[in-house]
Amino acid sequence: MRGDRLLFRRLSLDLGPSQGCHVTGANGAGKTTLLRTVAGLSAPFAGDVRCAGSVGLMDERSALEPDMTLGRALGFWFALDRTRERASVLDRLRLTQLVDVPVRYLSTGQTKRAGIARLLGQDAQIWLLDEPLSGLDTASQDMVSALISEHLGTGGIALIASHQPLAVPGLTTLAIEDFIAPHQSLSKTGDLGETGA
Amino acid sequence: MILLLLRRDLAQFFPFAGSGGSAGAALPVIFFVAVAMLYPFAVGPDANVLARTGGGVIWIAALLAAILPLDRLVARDIELGHFDQLRLRGLSEEAMMAVRMAAHWMSFGPPLIIAALPAAALLQLDGPTLHLVLLGLLAGTPGLAAIGLIIAALTASLRSGAALSGLLLIPLALPILIFGAGALARADAASLGFVAAISLGLVAIAPFAAGAAIRAVR
Repeated sequence: MRGDRLLFRRLSLDLGPSQGCHVTGANGAGKTTLLRTVAGLSAPFAGDVRCAGSVGLMDERSALEPDMTLGRALGFWFALDRTRERASVLDRLRLTQLVDVPVRYLSTGQTKRAGIARLLGQDAQIWLLDEPLSGLDTASQDMVSALISEHLGTGGIALIASHQPLAVPGLTTLAIEDFIAPHQSLSKTGDLGETGA
Repeated sequence: MILLLLRRDLAQFFPFAGSGGSAGAALPVIFFVAVAMLYPFAVGPDANVLARTGGGVIWIAALLAAILPLDRLVARDIELGHFDQLRLRGLSEEAMMAVRMAAHWMSFGPPLIIAALPAAALLQLDGPTLHLVLLGLLAGTPGLAAIGLIIAALTASLRSGAALSGLLLIPLALPILIFGAGALARADAASLGFVAAISLGLVAIAPFAAGAAIRAVR
């Protein structure tokens, strides 16, 4: 649900280790809401969500303080998540040159890469990615696809909302339009289930 | 985890925190001293009038200075998704808000108490009055920080939240002002006990109220 509007119902999804799902849908269809529901940040109107394992969310908000340098802002999350391989994460996302730049001077793509660095540092088992490719150049898009494949290869779970096609083998697709709720159907119950192992 | 968070929040809000701090963090203290400096110009340099009314002016200046940081206290981190990320790491909203309140108080309470010394000199306060002002600020600023946090969290999702939070803080801060400034009029430290009690109550409530508020806008 977003506001008072029921977005989708009878949606059922079950993901185990090494399984990924690509959520598609038009703007406003409820992709972000689905991801936030799975993350436990908003409650489903009906149904339940079960997740086993640590959850990492990467959306359009970077959660990096704009006035701090990138190194400090990311350093806070790395310290919180007890990240060991900070240098290699920064290197992988080509952020090493940018650590002394305040976050507010970064471009959209650079901020996105910093958000991905935060996600990698968290080392979560379940990845929830909201538009991970938007704003990125082609090379970075390939890199993100490779990171997702790698994550799935090591037994991780990924739920990805994206308009762009993802070059990740073995992804299932969930079109949110198939579960769309008619606007007057608030009295009916939706069913939303998600299990991660 | 709590310590890390406190350090990050302090870096964001504490004035003179170095490279990480934002430029506006020192404004409340400067504003506070500026009011104390302007007051003698406005009412004239009569030492008796200044000494009699100066304590009250310091209280009003402290109250207004407490309003200044409110617009960036909670709203920006909601926009940034900062609280969502902390929630995913298992931290409760109440704990986030308790840390935020501590950082908010540390970044304006003690600096204000130190700035009260030059302010008292400008207003020609005598020793016993200054003593009561300092004790009063020590007892009252945690309460102001708690009220500020609740209001900042409640108004975080509103478009004109910043202007509104100033208006909301004033009536809620009245009891602290009445007992804090009242101690000066009667030269009696006993009513500072009331200030401390009000502050204590507010500090105890604030993390829960503010935590519920940011959970509601999520």
